[in-house]
Amino acid sequence: MNKKDDTIKLEYDIIQNDFVRAGEASSNVKKILKQLGIDSKIIRRVAIVTYEAEMNIVIHSYGGKLLVEISSKKIEITAKDNGPGIEDIEKAMQEGFSTASNEIRELGFGAGMGLPNMKKCSDVLKIDSEKGKGTTVYMEIFMKSNQN
Amino acid sequence: MKEYFHSVILDETKCNGCTNCMRRCPTEAIRIKDKKAHIIKERCIDCGECIRVCPYYAQNSATDDLNKLKEYKFNIAIVPFSMYGQFSSDLDMDKIFQGIKSLGFDYVYDEAHAADIATISIKQEIKKTDLPKPIISSLCPAVLRLIQINFPSLIDNIIRIESPMEIAGRLAKKKVMDEYNLDSDEVGVFYLTHCPAKVTSIKNPIGIKNSYIDGAIAIKRIYGDILRNATTVKKVESFSKGSSLGIGWAKVGGQSEALGIENYIAVDGIENVIKVLEEAELGKLDNIDYIEAMACVGGCVGGPLTVENPFIAKSRIRRTIEEKSKIMRVNEEEILNLYKEGIFSLTEEIEAKGIMKLDEDIKMAIRKIEKIKQITDSLPGLDCGSCGAPTCRALAEDIVLGYATIDNCVFRMNKSTNISK
Repeated sequence: MNKKDDTIKLEYDIIQNDFVRAGEASSNVKKILKQLGIDSKIIRRVAIVTYEAEMNIVIHSYGGKLLVEISSKKIEITAKDNGPGIEDIEKAMQEGFSTASNEIRELGFGAGMGLPNMKKCSDVLKIDSEKGKGTTVYMEIFMKSNQN
Repeated sequence: MKEYFHSVILDETKCNGCTNCMRRCPTEAIRIKDKKAHIIKERCIDCGECIRVCPYYAQNSATDDLNKLKEYKFNIAIVPFSMYGQFSSDLDMDKIFQGIKSLGFDYVYDEAHAADIATISIKQEIKKTDLPKPIISSLCPAVLRLIQINFPSLIDNIIRIESPMEIAGRLAKKKVMDEYNLDSDEVGVFYLTHCPAKVTSIKNPIGIKNSYIDGAIAIKRIYGDILRNATTVKKVESFSKGSSLGIGWAKVGGQSEALGIENYIAVDGIENVIKVLEEAELGKLDNIDYIEAMACVGGCVGGPLTVENPFIAKSRIRRTIEEKSKIMRVNEEEILNLYKEGIFSLTEEIEAKGIMKLDEDIKMAIRKIEKIKQITDSLPGLDCGSCGAPTCRALAEDIVLGYATIDNCVFRMNKSTNISK
């Protein structure tokens, strides 16, 4: 029998500027990974990237979705938002670069570490962004990873 | 493997199967079956929330009584720093120590003194530059157990220095053995405890091989005797005590104060601790130096085995600290040498406990998660607790793990009766 691997699909709506609920999706994903018995170092990486992705949608976008797909081999995280899109992806990947407003920075966010952190913690990172339309960040974290 | 001991126990004759403890348990370790509460011991962190909320006093902590002193030739009482908040401020602390001694002890040692030693050691330890931030205090054994079960990725953040209780046990025993020329097994070291998790940590130590404590006696069981002795005692010795900084360890925030750390988080109450550890796990607190997380409201002063209201006790400790000197009565050089030898360091790995794991095989576990989701969606979502599980989701998990059936849900039961009519 060559049945396709089972996967868990999780979907969360992320609302623009909703700082109170931000982090809920990542906490939820974390709980499920613990029930799966995933190594705690991998859980930590998944938690960090989902949280950063969630925060990016809350801070920078007009709202969006976080999709998480878990199989026995890898965890796929897709953060999809409805704009405004990233002007210069290369710049956005630099540590410390941020387009967040002063108000957001005063709240302690917008340190320009979001995307760099996601890159650091994931095994695959793809960003697809169109100005005026929206951004999709796709990440993979392997269950057995060479990273620590 | 030896069976896991934990301190919180249920007196079935007193339990009437209400859902108070089950709803409050932070690790969902309690189920009600056949009108009695059951503790899933692997999940219990001995925080004592259930002891606090039980209206029938059915939940308690398995502690020793004074009869155990008979097993030893020489007995030491370790007086916890929380004791400083337990009695009226009019009562001199020396009288209380004397009152404790006359319970049958030969020597009394102040845990606050050991807290001074822990302070000196931790100050050195946190100078190491390779420690993962935020550093988490090792004082509260309920929090350590919680980290093992629920936050394994934070295990490396726990400071590798023994708790003051263990430091006190070791130093007091050694001192007595040297001074009175006694063998190790002739000396009994008893911790007067405010805390069920401390009792557990004596039998199942975290981070060390064996505890230096031989028994634990709940403060509430000897409170009346101490009070009577303290108010009637004729001759009072002058006992060696910890500094005000050491006493301050009894209240949340006291450790950071003693350590002189400014960039810290002091969090008390197990639900609040869980929220802060969640944030830490998301990497949001990497810029914080030290987290002092205490399961009990107020810190150790709020331990479930104490007598006094935690807020009153905390206020007393605050006043005691103001009156007393910050000067530690320790030989700092000697302590630093012992620290360098690693005497106060944790020796064993703190292991993750994969208790939440649904299946050894990840593919099976994935299927179980799907199944849990399906069942949860079919339940009413009221989290009423009538089925004997704390939430609908917890019931779904129990069903998938084979511990319960869907018929446990009273709403589902009604539905099926209606159909059969």
